[in-house]
Amino acid sequence: MQVAEHDVLVIGAGGAGLRAAIEASAAGASVGLVTKSLLGKAHTVMAEGGIAAALANVDGRDDWRTHFADTMRGGQYVNNPTMAELHAREAPDRVRELEAWGAVFDRTNDQKILQRNFGGHRYPRLAHVGDRTGLEMIRTLQDHGIHLGIDVHMEWTVTRLISDGGRVVGAFGYDREKGRFQVFRASAVVLATGGIGRAYRVTSNSWEYTGDGHALAYEAGAELIDMEYVQFHPTGMVWPPSVRGILVTEGVRGEGGVLRNSEGQRFMFDDIPDLYKGSTASDPEEGWRYTQGDKEARRPPELLTRDHVARCIVREIKEGRGSPHGGVFLDIAWIREKLKDSEAHIRRKLPSMYHQFKELAGIDITSEAMEVGPTTHYVMGGVKVDGETQMSRVPGLFAAGECAGGLHGANRLGGNSLSDLLVFGKRAGEHAARFAGANPRGAASGAENEQVEAATRDALAPLERQDGGGDGVGSYAIQSELQDLMQAKVGIVRSQAELESGLEDVLALKERSRNVSVAGNRAYNPGWHTALDLPNLLLVSEAVARTAALRKESRGAHFREDHTAKDEHWGRTTLVVRKGADGEMETVEEAVTPPREELQQIIEENR
Amino acid sequence: MASRTFRIWRGDQDGDGQFAEYVTDITEGMVVLDAVHQIQAESAGDLAVRWNCKAGKCGSCSAEVNGNPRLMCMTRMSDLPEDRPVTIEPMRTFPLLKDLVTDVSWNFEVKKRIRKFKPRAPDAEDGTWRMDQRDVDRVQEFRKCIECFLCQDVCHVLRDSHKHDEFVGPRFFVHAAALEMHPLDTEDRLEELKEAQGVGYCNITKCCTKVCPEHITITDNAIIPLKERVVDRFYDPVRNLFRIIGGS
Repeated sequence: MQVAEHDVLVIGAGGAGLRAAIEASAAGASVGLVTKSLLGKAHTVMAEGGIAAALANVDGRDDWRTHFADTMRGGQYVNNPTMAELHAREAPDRVRELEAWGAVFDRTNDQKILQRNFGGHRYPRLAHVGDRTGLEMIRTLQDHGIHLGIDVHMEWTVTRLISDGGRVVGAFGYDREKGRFQVFRASAVVLATGGIGRAYRVTSNSWEYTGDGHALAYEAGAELIDMEYVQFHPTGMVWPPSVRGILVTEGVRGEGGVLRNSEGQRFMFDDIPDLYKGSTASDPEEGWRYTQGDKEARRPPELLTRDHVARCIVREIKEGRGSPHGGVFLDIAWIREKLKDSEAHIRRKLPSMYHQFKELAGIDITSEAMEVGPTTHYVMGGVKVDGETQMSRVPGLFAAGECAGGLHGANRLGGNSLSDLLVFGKRAGEHAARFAGANPRGAASGAENEQVEAATRDALAPLERQDGGGDGVGSYAIQSELQDLMQAKVGIVRSQAELESGLEDVLALKERSRNVSVAGNRAYNPGWHTALDLPNLLLVSEAVARTAALRKESRGAHFREDHTAKDEHWGRTTLVVRKGADGEMETVEEAVTPPREELQQIIEENR
Repeated sequence: MASRTFRIWRGDQDGDGQFAEYVTDITEGMVVLDAVHQIQAESAGDLAVRWNCKAGKCGSCSAEVNGNPRLMCMTRMSDLPEDRPVTIEPMRTFPLLKDLVTDVSWNFEVKKRIRKFKPRAPDAEDGTWRMDQRDVDRVQEFRKCIECFLCQDVCHVLRDSHKHDEFVGPRFFVHAAALEMHPLDTEDRLEELKEAQGVGYCNITKCCTKVCPEHITITDNAIIPLKERVVDRFYDPVRNLFRIIGGS
């Protein structure tokens, strides 16, 4: 078997993985970077709206304190306060660093980095490049990183972490091209694998987002937190069916786009949560002025947090005021009443949205309203890590970005993901390099070899079953059933009965998946790849269903129609998922860490 | 619901490939990539195809559809003629890995050879720079590139003449132009563009511009200005005279 040796192995090459690899490499570590796709194709490329950072270029009143308080409020105060603080403090430097590496952000009139409004952010805070900020960010990191001597393993997938003596010492994976196996020996491993969106039918996530990092960490003995919090982005495309779920950036609303129901009503004005009453516009005119930079105006209700907007949209659809294809209307074309050159303006500010609707739906967004509805977008839950180092409870195992938990609490604010990737990608890379330097791995042991043999057997099993005849099931079929059941029973609006039935279905599918058999050989075989992703997808689905059934309240992205209010006990409680001694999944309650006094005061001042 | 016939290239690195026929149902709004996925799930589980975002933003699903280099995710079935099968082939400029997947690793190697961004000293004391939107518009056009490599696929210097060792291709002229025209950049790449990267091989047939899914004006805005800079530096008679007199 081929063996690659690195000080630090980074799994995942989106924003967090690239940033971690850059930092570890700059610290002098030899770095391997494994990516399921080609370099530069990870989900970060899809991020549209911008990177949240209190640069205060557009509104001088902004500072890290306000960003911190906004993040905590958006997360319903169950965030990891250390992470929320570090994130707010360090994001501006991380953005400026991108500029030093060649990123070209849109500019203010005084030639600085321009920032735009976004949901839940008090001030214009998102550094952006039109609506293709993620592309700019990943390309900048990629083009910087390729000159640092990082070994990039493109189109390799890790199926198992290898541990020895209570720490991780590497990983096992296969390549797509030929199905070769390889051991990646490393003294520290950074997980940066992104989310779990493929567990749902309607999603903005690609085939890659199968909860790999979550599952690898869980199997290696780490804990997962906050898995019940899955973010449904309020605005995904709904028509035509084949594009259902593709993201429509919040930037549309930041630029003045409004949501209307079939009666032409701006329904977001009907339900404004108490936490945001004081900071929301009282009429459409004030909302418009806010989007145009009037500092006296308050934000329009379309820019409330994503969890709330998504639920309002669901309500409109359920109560019969939806659009023809089961969404609501998102209208940016209306701004022609306000701006002379609105058509050119929209095309300049939202070029890829213009392009996307024109080419995929035949809609010209400068003159027609879009139809939009919620789409699975992001998981707040992830590997439980130390807020400063990003290390899990397993020595040598780090996690950053979407696959790590804690920063976003019960709901992530738009724009806080890209900044999360940069801030904690850097931290994970730095601390992983330090750990690797201080704790070099030894020679491969018998225990390691056993794990490699087991991983090899597991990886080959679906292919070998094709000759066994019998009752083999296809990998695509299982994945598809899982997506339907998660969408129906563990989705945006939840109830005890549905969650329990959903969990039963997931467990039944897990049983059936043990018989998955795939046709063909090991060379670039997507059916086989799907089969190897399935255990991860089933594992995270089980974790979401279990925790969602336990949390008997509504908070952030977790909405229970049978427990619609917040609950004091649950407000102090984090749900932790881990592998029990019997090999089964166990969930335990843990107290939420309260912010230290100074931070609590900042929260109070910004209420 | 109407069914359509597809002729999809099946083959691997070693053997001869051939077209295989598949029939699948087409619903409103479907793109070619949807059809490929449906065929995969229905009858060809091991059909190899690359894709990620399915929204024209990642540049993974490049292929030749009815002979035209396209992103499969942005090619609507309703735009293809109904009276004949839809033909899907891998990009022909790159070595085949399997079915619709090609080995594009050459592109990633080429990029490493282009000198990286080197900014001037910061303009402000806090380590930041000042740039006008007007001055970054040009570079932002180039930075829209999603690295689908369709421009490389159609460039005849690569496709027909196989000058892979002497010529980096349109994608990397766009990359070099984005660096050369970046308001902050201080690096000089002209000598390499002329010698190792072969900008002179481009004879401006604009095939690359025509297939760019991001509508980057590759030839006019990136390649021609680079050629002009090379000409100004190395072939300008007045300059050459000064060079001779100056003894350099």
